[in-house]
Amino acid sequence: MEKILITGGRVMDPANHLDTVADVLLADDEVVKIGPNLEESAARRIDAAGKIVSPGLIDLHVHFREPGDEEEETIASGSAAAVAGGYTSVVCMPNTNPSIDEATGVEYIHRMGRQARKTFVYVMGAITKDRAGQELAEMGLMLQAGAIGFTDDGCGVQDTAVMLRAMKYASMFNTVVSQHCQDNALVKNGVMNAGYNSTVLGLPGMDPLGEEMMLWRDVQLVRKTGVRYHAQHLSTAGSVEIIRQAKRDGLPVTCEVAPHHLLLTEDDVVGYDTNYKVNPPLRTASDVQALKDAIRDGIVDALATDHAPHLQSEKELEFLAAPFGIAGIECALPLYIKALIETRVTDWAGMLSMLTWRPADVLKVDKGRIGVGNRADITIIDPDAEWVIDADAFYSKSRNCPYHGWTVKGKPLATLVAGEVRYIAPEFERSLH
Amino acid sequence: MTKSTFQWTRKHLVGLRELSRRELEFILDTAKGFEEFSTRSIKKVPTLRGKVVVNMFFEDSTRTRNSFTLAASRLSADVIEFTKKSSAVNKGETLVDTARNLEAMGVDIVVIRHGAGGAPALLCRSINACVVNAGDGYNEHPTQALLDVYTIRQARGTLDGLKIGIVGDISHSRVARSNIYAMTQLGAEVTLIGPPTLMPPCVRKLPVKVSYSLDAVIEELDVINMLRIQFERMGGNPFPSVREYSHYFGLTVERMQRAKPDIVVMHPGPMNRGVEIESEVADGPNSIILKQVANGLAIRMAVLFLVNQAAMQTDVKS
Repeated sequence: MEKILITGGRVMDPANHLDTVADVLLADDEVVKIGPNLEESAARRIDAAGKIVSPGLIDLHVHFREPGDEEEETIASGSAAAVAGGYTSVVCMPNTNPSIDEATGVEYIHRMGRQARKTFVYVMGAITKDRAGQELAEMGLMLQAGAIGFTDDGCGVQDTAVMLRAMKYASMFNTVVSQHCQDNALVKNGVMNAGYNSTVLGLPGMDPLGEEMMLWRDVQLVRKTGVRYHAQHLSTAGSVEIIRQAKRDGLPVTCEVAPHHLLLTEDDVVGYDTNYKVNPPLRTASDVQALKDAIRDGIVDALATDHAPHLQSEKELEFLAAPFGIAGIECALPLYIKALIETRVTDWAGMLSMLTWRPADVLKVDKGRIGVGNRADITIIDPDAEWVIDADAFYSKSRNCPYHGWTVKGKPLATLVAGEVRYIAPEFERSLH
Repeated sequence: MTKSTFQWTRKHLVGLRELSRRELEFILDTAKGFEEFSTRSIKKVPTLRGKVVVNMFFEDSTRTRNSFTLAASRLSADVIEFTKKSSAVNKGETLVDTARNLEAMGVDIVVIRHGAGGAPALLCRSINACVVNAGDGYNEHPTQALLDVYTIRQARGTLDGLKIGIVGDISHSRVARSNIYAMTQLGAEVTLIGPPTLMPPCVRKLPVKVSYSLDAVIEELDVINMLRIQFERMGGNPFPSVREYSHYFGLTVERMQRAKPDIVVMHPGPMNRGVEIESEVADGPNSIILKQVANGLAIRMAVLFLVNQAAMQTDVKS
């Protein structure tokens, strides 16, 4: 195994409250030494002076569309996009075609992830067979095959009795149940936030209550079952309050947000641009503020992407007919910098925590840290680089990105997974010796 | 027509929300000019000779489509009828592809009726031809609202200071939205009347009053526009029964007796007689319902004429 010495970078390991200029030596897929002026003649060197050396970023929520919709994304293309975005681990959602609702599907995702040899690919299994919300899927066998948790993402489990049963059953394993909170009876055929804009655009709206009612219900089920529960992509101020109270009550509840719910609002939908059609929908400025307050208060555990690639031809349909989703894993880091650091909601250590060790803790995996003996998953970031997001240059197969053309600050320069350089930005290649 | 230096510049008419009072009045004044042609023995004018108008109707329509067809014929345009019943999530040829194909045949003006709000706006971005919205989802129905205010102006001289009630399913009504924009812009005070279950989200942010009681406001209204209860659009049951709806929101002979004697009664059609309006009222002396239909022709002639003129001016400039 080759050795790599990362020299002169600002090593930030928020889990261990480390923030210092140091060298990091990697060997045999592990971190073996951290300290000033390390010498290791046999190692390749990466000159990281002026750059941030962070634990590899972890994304709890991606859609790589394989199997079933390989024209939109594959595990290979999604993984390449992930490492270009600085992500060393991602969690694939099971709403593929067919759904990942039994062990062979889990094994398939892992195999394709290993073959891609880019980011580390986890997968959550479905809670119910075919994500239909009726019969429990084989959670135990999927866990044995390596599933990292369970969700019917794309929709929530509607029937309260089914969800209670699923959470009770899951509580005998050490796993996490994750939910796309949405009461279908309340949101019906909605395509955007229900509010003034949906009224003047003449589009069916999705009431924030649709998210909040299911989240509140699930929290009561956590109270009863004690299972670990993770709420996906929070979008409303009401949801923030439900999570805040659940945490105050000491329940094993965690949550994530996505960049678009911090940077965009329902006002962006006004031109019927389907690149802003996303589920849960873009909400109001006060919802954005509530999410930022939650981040400031430590209520939010993870910054995810909900990377959801779609074909251009599908996004060219009428707003009613176009699919939900934004492809954004390659620009998520600078978007979070824009949303959280440039607005002083949090600092680098706070932001990186939600991108590294805190999502790792949601999954209960030993990642997201740069300590001796930790797995050598590392992202090197230039915090000052200004660049323009160009969706046409994405490694992702899809271009449905509303941030195309945005000028942003901060860029992943190199992504190392298990001690291997899996991505290096062209402008950084000369720093690798 | 009024004499002014005003210049119409829009080559599309997708909605009334973005139109100024001056623009609205200009369309109405232009329509006034065309209204006179209907009384002549030779009703055609050569204004759009050699131009091609396509009626792209993805939803059922009788009066609007026929009205556009006749308007285009009166202006001497060639008219293509394109009718395709489809749901909004049709998996066949996309709307944009269909429109691009028609455009390749040399279409100058696309008149579109579609079940999805925003479909005309999508066309404006995708093709070069003029786009005229003939109703999109529950977003807007601009020519309907134009003929509504035209007919009110005919009956009452002006909209300034008039109290207008719009009754029914506001939530799913493109007619209501276009009406609100046009009527308030022209100086009327609009009250939306119906049960809360038929009001759209944040309705009070619109420049309107809202009342859940027709009886509470019937006496002060100068104009009342009875929307059709669109059973096919509502979904669920937003009110318990037709009987109970009529009890609270139907325009009955009894309610008419409490209204101002000169109240103007309107309906965009097609009517559910005995549901939102009693036959005696629909056919009574206060009703201008058939005048609305007649005026639709002049309005649509005016709109086709104006968008075509704007397109030719931009062509000359570029």
